[in-house]
This record gives sequence, C-alpha cells and structure tokens, in this order.
Amino acid sequence: MAELTINDIIKEENLVYKKTKVMTDNVMHYCPGCGHGTTHRLVAEVIEELGIQDKTIGVTPVGCSVLMYNYLDIDMQEAAHGRAPAIATAIKRVMPDKFVFTYQGDGDLAAIGTAETIHSCNRGENITIIFVNNGIYGMTGGQMAPTTLSGMKAVTCPRGRDVNTMGYPLHITELIAQLPNVRFVTRQSVHTPANVRKAKAAIRRAFENQKDGKGGLSFVEIVSNCNSNWKMTAVDANKWMEENTFKEYPLGDIKIDWEIQEGKISLRNRKLDY
Amino acid sequence: MEKELKLMKGNEAIAEAAIRYGADAYFGYPITPQSEVIEYFMEQNPIERTGMVVLQAESEVAAINMVYGAAACGMAAMTSSSSPGFSLKQEGLSYIAGAELPCLVLNVVRGGPGLGTIQPSQSDYFQSTKGGGHGDYRLIVLAPASVQEMYDFVQIGFDLAFKYRNPVLILSDGIIGQMMEKVEIGPQRVRRTMDEVIKQCPWATTGKTANRERNIITSLDLVASRQEEFNRKLVKKYDTIREKEVRCECINCDDADYVFVAYGTSSRLCMKSMDLLRKEGYKVGLVRPITLFPYPSKIIAGLAERVKGFLTIEMSTGQMVEDVMLAVNGKRPVKHYGRVGGVVPTPEEIVDAMKNFMKGE
Repeated sequence: MAELTINDIIKEENLVYKKTKVMTDNVMHYCPGCGHGTTHRLVAEVIEELGIQDKTIGVTPVGCSVLMYNYLDIDMQEAAHGRAPAIATAIKRVMPDKFVFTYQGDGDLAAIGTAETIHSCNRGENITIIFVNNGIYGMTGGQMAPTTLSGMKAVTCPRGRDVNTMGYPLHITELIAQLPNVRFVTRQSVHTPANVRKAKAAIRRAFENQKDGKGGLSFVEIVSNCNSNWKMTAVDANKWMEENTFKEYPLGDIKIDWEIQEGKISLRNRKLDY
Repeated sequence: MEKELKLMKGNEAIAEAAIRYGADAYFGYPITPQSEVIEYFMEQNPIERTGMVVLQAESEVAAINMVYGAAACGMAAMTSSSSPGFSLKQEGLSYIAGAELPCLVLNVVRGGPGLGTIQPSQSDYFQSTKGGGHGDYRLIVLAPASVQEMYDFVQIGFDLAFKYRNPVLILSDGIIGQMMEKVEIGPQRVRRTMDEVIKQCPWATTGKTANRERNIITSLDLVASRQEEFNRKLVKKYDTIREKEVRCECINCDDADYVFVAYGTSSRLCMKSMDLLRKEGYKVGLVRPITLFPYPSKIIAGLAERVKGFLTIEMSTGQMVEDVMLAVNGKRPVKHYGRVGGVVPTPEEIVDAMKNFMKGE
C-alpha cells in the first residue's frame, strides 16, 4: 500500500469542518475563553447556510462586541450605546426584503437601551436580536450590569450586588416574551459543543423567521461568560456559569411562534426566589 | 403651467415638501410646537402616496437613531422636534456627523432652558451652530423666515446633506412652525429606486454583493492617529462648506449707515422696523443670514468697512451676536437687542432699540 500524503487527506469527503466564508480572517480581540467568538461564528454560519450574505445588515452595539463588523463579511452599522434596535427598526422598514439583526450585550440591551429594546419588540419589528448576557460590563472593566446575579461581585459592587439597593437581576428576556408581537424567544449558551449546536439551531430559526412573511420579532439570548472580569480561568468560568447563572437564567425555548412555552414564565417572588 | 398654491402651517409645509421631494423616511416624536409635522405625515399616509416610511418612535433619542439607520442605507431620512426634544437628539446627531451620513432635521425652537415654555424663541443658536453634541463637528444650518422657505429648504437641505454627507438642520421657531401662509407647492418627485440609491450612495449598507467589499458605517476608530486624520478631513469638508454654501440676504444695505442682523422670525420683524425707520429718514439696512452655518462672516466683514454699526435682533439673550462680533472684529460697534422666554418683540420696540443704538446708548 502506498503511503498516504497530505493531498490524499484534503478531499471533500474528508471535510468535517471549515471556517465559514462569512467570517473575515481578522484576528479577534476577545479574551481567550470568551463566548463572543463562538456566537459570532454561529451567526456567520447561519448567514452562509441560508445564502443571505448579500441581503443581511447587522447592527453592532457598544460593549465588547462593538468591533463585530471587523469579523463578519457583511454590511454592518455601528450603533450608539443601546440604540441598535432603533437603528435596526429603520433598516428593516426602509428595506423590508433584507435580513436585519442586532447583536447586543446586557448593558447595551437591558440598561441604557431598555426603551429601544422594549419598543422595537412591542412593535414586532421583523428583525433578529442576539442578546449576549454575561452579567457584567466587559469592555469598561467589569462593572455591575442589570443582569448581574444577586451577591455577585463587580467593580461597582465590590461587596456583591445588594438587591435591596441595586435591584434584582433583570429578566428582560421573560419581559419581552410577554409582548404579543414577539414571535420567538429562547435562551441558549455556547459553553459546550452540545449547547453550541442548540444555539445555532435557535439563531437559524430566528433568521428564518424573517423570510416567511409572517413577521414578528425573534430574540435569542446567549447566556455567556466573562472569565477576565469574573477573574476566573475559562474552565472555572464555565463551571461557575453552570452552577450559578443557569439557576437564575434557565436555558430553553420560552416562546415559539407566538406561543409561550409551558412553565417558562413565572412571577418571581422576592421571599421565595432569593 | 399654473402654480399650485396652498394655505399651510409651516410645520405642515415641511411634511408636504418631504413627501414631494421623494424622501424615504420620517421618524418623529410629539412635542409642542411641532407636533403637526408628524400629524400631517400620518394623515397623508405617505407609504400609500410615495412609499415613504413614517414612524412614531418611542423617544426623540430613538427617532434620531432611526434616522441614522435609514440614512446609513442611503435613504433620504428626516426627523423633527422642538428644543427639549432636540437636546435629546444631540447624541444621534454627533454619531451621524461622525459616520458622515446625510439627513435632514428640523428644530421648531421654543424658549428654554429646561422645559422652558412652548412659545417661540431663538435660544438654540449656540447648540445649532457650534456643534451641539460631543466632538468636533458642524451641522449645515438653514434658517427659514417664511412658510414658503420651510417648504423650499427641505429640498435644499436634502441636496446639501447628500452633497456633503452631512446632517442638515432647518432651524425654525414656534412662529414659523405654527403660522399659516400661502405656499407654492412643487411637483411630486418619484422616490429613487434601490438601484439608484446604490448608485448614488455606494458607501451605504444595502447588502454586500459579490462585486464589492463590505460597507461599514461607524464613527469609531480606536487608533488615535487615524481618528485625528478623520477629524482633519471633517475640518476640510466644513471649510469647503464655508467657502461654497453661504446664503444671505442683504436688504437696503447699499446706502445704510446702520444695519440690523437678524434671522428667521426676527428678520421679519426687522423688515417692518426698517421701513418705519426709513420713513423717518434713517438709513437702516438688514442683513439676514439664511445659512447660520456656514455664517456670512465675509459679507458682514465687508459691510464693517463702511457702515457705522450693527444691531443684532434675536429672541435670545444674545447668541448670534457673538458671530457678528467675530466678523466685525472690533471695527464697529456691535450690540444685541432681544426678548426671551417666548416673548416676541414688537417692530416699534426694535425701532427704539435701533434709535438708542444710533445715539450710542
């Protein structure tokens, strides 16, 4: 038997993975272990698989993912802090045949941009919102976010988040799910291969909801980590996330095709739940 | 062809002009005294007339950011507000200027600061002409003095916005916005097709096709030297605008000993005061800046060579007067007279102010 050469191996039938052409070759600025890179890739793969690279306009936030436009090979707009859903609203309204998405962090979407988030969802803009929730302000150096867990430390709550003076972790995703014009709401993560596959299917569904003419807004929360500002190793951060964050923000579909899924939204009781 | 004439409010004229111009989108939020703009749009339902998008936003902040989104797609997009709401738009305007996007914005000024009053004022001059939001930038500022100019400046404004990829502001006030006058209406223009938009705005986010690189609309550059280079590029653009786009009306200035300098509503009042003074034998003229940025500094500097003094009339405590002083550069006396808080001066009190000024008081 002849010896195998590299050219015998590089064949279409042996291909198990390749980088999507919707991603550029630019080196990412994200910290090792951060979930943004994976989430970016999933968005890019979905765009490629749906064949909508020439029809997709993305809107980036202010926060760690502000430079997302360096990594995706599509037309993109950079928004002011929190305003991405307003911008996406206008893009979709003036070009209804395009696929429009925002990509936002928790500070951007659930603090400074709360009004833009709630009202774009309430109008049922036919757009996709990708919401990456890591419970902290990453880019500015680890300040408390609206989604920061009770008791969790951040540089603006160095003794831990006191829910009596700083408020409870904001469940913006469950709030949004209750708006009648919102079509699809789900909460996923990208910390294991199995979760990555589920998250990709959710993102795909959220984009597909823009093309069947039925309208409605699709909202995908990705619960993610911030090992740098949580001051943990990447592995420890993911473990901590499983043990703590998922308890506060359970994964799974919350609303599918305008139907809230059974048992997914319950009123939180201050005494019982915290 | 017979002219089409209509009796309209200034606020309605703006909206009708935008539809007839073939504008693509308007995003607004109610505030007195400019709510008729969005009400007229909604009543006209321009999506039926021309395909123009009209949307009531959740706030002035959202509205100006919607303008950002549409403008970044190469669309002719606009918004309107009045002073307190216009302050909220400053964030968006700074980003629009930083991303070099074309758009048209209208401020129907009311008295401030704060909630102030709903009565007319001209106290937003500094905010309008010196930047307004953060960072080094300028708006092109047009100051209409009639309902007809409210109508006409929509086309001029959009054309300038696209020519320079810069936001253009129509700086009006509660009187021009609310009063009704006869307006000559232009023909309905057809909105650009998507192909025409792409041809006119190759930089726009219209979808990355295989024949070009991706388009990115942003005002961010983390490399200081590149950001400085960009700031210098903006300065160059503003200098070109200063060179080429000054609009100004000089009335009775040829034989004038003294001149009023006034824009918008104040210039209308000065017209009457000038007539009254001329009947008494005083040689008084009027300089009416139509563009407030770029400011007609050279025209005023030229007049400073031979007239005896300049009196600015503004419904503010004295804002534009600083630009007149800069242009006159100490050669002649420059003074300000104004009423504020929503009070409009009478032509007679302006006559008295000029007489006092001429006496050197």
